[in-house]
Amino acid sequence: MKKPFAITLDPGSSLANHTGSWRNDRPVYVDRLPPCNNACPAGEDIQGWLYYAESGEYHRAWQELVKNNPLPALMGRVCYHPCENACNRGTLDEAVSIHAVERFLGDEARKHGWKFEIDESPSGKSVLVVGAGPSGLSAAYHLARLGHQVTIYEAGPLAGGMMRFGIPKYRLPRDVLDAEVQRILDMGIALKLNTRVDNILDTMKAGGFDAAFLAVGAHVAKRTDIPARDATRILDAVSVLRGMETDAKPQLGRRVVVYGGGNTALDVARTAKRLGASEAMIVYRRTREQMPAHDFELQEALDEGIMVKWLNTITRVEDTTFTVEKMVLDAQGFPQPTGEFDTIEADTLILALGQDVDLSLLDKVPGLAIDKGTVKVDRNMMTGYAGIFAGGDMVPSERTVTVAVGHGKKAARNIDAWLRGGAYEAQPKHEVARYDLLNTWYYADAPQTVQPVLDILRRQSTFDEVLGGLDESNALFEARRCLSCGNCFECDNCYGVCPDNAVVKLGPGKRFEFNYDYCKGCGMCAAECPCGAITMVPETI
Amino acid sequence: MSMQPVKFYQTGTFTVGNRLLGGHQRTVQANMRRTNSLNSGHRACQGCGEALGARYAIDAAMQATGNQVMAVNATGCLEVFSTPYPETSWQIPWLHSLFGNAAAVASGVAAAMRVKGKRGVKVIAQGGDGGTTDIGFGCLSGMFERNDDVLYICYDNEAYMNTGVQRSSATPPAARTATTMAVGEHPGNVFGTGKNVPLIAMAHQIPYVATASVANLRDLEVKVMRAMSIGGSRYIHIHVPCPLGWGSAPADTIRIARLAVESGLFPLFEAEDGEITGRYQLRRRVPVEEYLKPQRRFAHLFGKVPDVHTIAAIQAIADRNVRRFGLATGSTS
Repeated sequence: MKKPFAITLDPGSSLANHTGSWRNDRPVYVDRLPPCNNACPAGEDIQGWLYYAESGEYHRAWQELVKNNPLPALMGRVCYHPCENACNRGTLDEAVSIHAVERFLGDEARKHGWKFEIDESPSGKSVLVVGAGPSGLSAAYHLARLGHQVTIYEAGPLAGGMMRFGIPKYRLPRDVLDAEVQRILDMGIALKLNTRVDNILDTMKAGGFDAAFLAVGAHVAKRTDIPARDATRILDAVSVLRGMETDAKPQLGRRVVVYGGGNTALDVARTAKRLGASEAMIVYRRTREQMPAHDFELQEALDEGIMVKWLNTITRVEDTTFTVEKMVLDAQGFPQPTGEFDTIEADTLILALGQDVDLSLLDKVPGLAIDKGTVKVDRNMMTGYAGIFAGGDMVPSERTVTVAVGHGKKAARNIDAWLRGGAYEAQPKHEVARYDLLNTWYYADAPQTVQPVLDILRRQSTFDEVLGGLDESNALFEARRCLSCGNCFECDNCYGVCPDNAVVKLGPGKRFEFNYDYCKGCGMCAAECPCGAITMVPETI
Repeated sequence: MSMQPVKFYQTGTFTVGNRLLGGHQRTVQANMRRTNSLNSGHRACQGCGEALGARYAIDAAMQATGNQVMAVNATGCLEVFSTPYPETSWQIPWLHSLFGNAAAVASGVAAAMRVKGKRGVKVIAQGGDGGTTDIGFGCLSGMFERNDDVLYICYDNEAYMNTGVQRSSATPPAARTATTMAVGEHPGNVFGTGKNVPLIAMAHQIPYVATASVANLRDLEVKVMRAMSIGGSRYIHIHVPCPLGWGSAPADTIRIARLAVESGLFPLFEAEDGEITGRYQLRRRVPVEEYLKPQRRFAHLFGKVPDVHTIAAIQAIADRNVRRFGLATGSTS
């Protein structure tokens, strides 16, 4: 039968028409480095653990967290969270309160008694860690996970290092510290307290250790020459804070002057206030802007009634009369004396001028490079002597708990590689997920959750923790404020907005893939991806 | 609005899906088993808003009716790019007759279904703004007036794009088209012309009228679902940017649609029996320049000396919409 034109062919599907040939640029899924992860001195995969916290899987989130940092309850309290300064949400509204969620996960771990896993079978190697501070504990933990036998020698009477002898209780309750330390020791790590190492080579030989990680910290207070009568009480901040952990609580008197501008100066002034000082004053020779202490800590101190005398130096001390000289900043921003003097009446002077490292245990070790009182290490955290690694405050670097924990992890990975006869190679980093790569339209408006703060009266007289934690409901909310910068979180936008159905949804947890047979390369998926996890790449023709 | 926003999630209900949302809170488009009523391989341009809007709407209608949908299509881009003989991208029963009679044909199909006792089968008529607001307008008004059981969907890309971007009665003032060139004293389309078909539809007192945008998927799906749940004549007017005709980047289609909404130039509202029952309140209101600037059809407004008078006149239209439809956040009118 002869059919008229236009009905001679059976209907076909447009699937025969491969529109992918129109494409100039192809979309490609990428993973970018979130700015929080990039900023974390301990190398935490913050976005990675927030991902699980977002769906309420707190144990899984904690497990992800402790792959890089064994001290979340502690870190969530004392870390200065550079992650939050880098957080892209800070540009949108307010940064995700990462430290508060971390603290919540750490407290959940204490509540439920979660334990660490050991990843590798026993290696038969034995490593000595000197110092049970954040760096030593972190190294010991990571070495244990990697299957090594670890022994910690600690000179002090208790573990924790500066976390115990430097950070006051109102910022870090000791039950939190003890629980976090104990969980690490429960991995089978031996801790020998009151064991000072005088000669590291002898100690290693005697104990049959294959490698050593040194993290003795900086516990020696710096002094300055102030002309003073013998009767004047001059203490240093390190011994005052250390004294708080022993039975011999320091006697400070009614009026206390603290000399210095770091976080330790604030810690010791706030401690003095809590011990009953009616006046606690900080004297600092520069301005508030130049103060190395963190501004939020200064604000907390000011709230508690701590006074600060900016741009002043202490020139002379006679009994209870302190002579101070006013300073001015010169064109370079350095303080210069003015010749104008004033006096303050006080009972005690506490020096908080920084700390040095006691390096005597290294005196007999050949091949080391010492730089301004610290030991130089190479990029693998190894000192000039093969098999001896070092980290924390005793190597040249920023002195924070988080940096120390990061050193411990990095050193452990390098020690592991060295013990196994290789070299540790860190994975290459992805490109950082910048704010301008995000499409922030899609993020719901959600302000930061505020942590409860202890009332001012109790902050003046007790050592109760100042900052409270989040509960389950607001920790979940806070975790869900994460923008997941640079990494797909399966919002289905690309799958939805493609006019050509060229995005294939692979199912929960499996993300998506492109069907390049039909993708015309319009780029709508990349433009509408909230987190910048799609990039357009020119086709090679 | 009938849509319930979800608060305090990573993205709330702004994204298509989101793994943190419960199944019932996700869109039809997030579903792995969505029908893809308009399949791959169609010949729409890169970044076509109409192809996207049509899949959004028909997939939602399919889900609402258990896949019992027939569609009648007016002549236009949607018909041409989806069904060049002998291929088709439609995965539903689909019929094309003429440019101007989609509403009338759909009325007939609905009558035929009734006669055959196929009460579950729902009929949709669809077309572009040319086939709806100009050429098919008589048939559409008749369908409304008889309250025939049809959902008519207009995909509004604001000109006759298929034939080469000629002005329609949905073309906005000042826009350049092939027939309203950017020349002379008042370049582009003139002010004070054109018609607002959603309001005309409301004047017919039909059961349901809504406007929607490809930039707001949830709102669009909720409106299609609502329309499919009631009988009689229903009308949905969907704003679909056209990268070719508007001179915008293909990747920007949704962004442009969003700016149209957030500037107030394309108000999202719904009405039942001639009365407005809901409207979308602007989340981040923007001046009209933000919407106009990325489009070459308005490039003559942003020359060496910006045409501030014309821009101000367009802003006045947006401001009037905001007042008239109560689009400002917190307004109750």
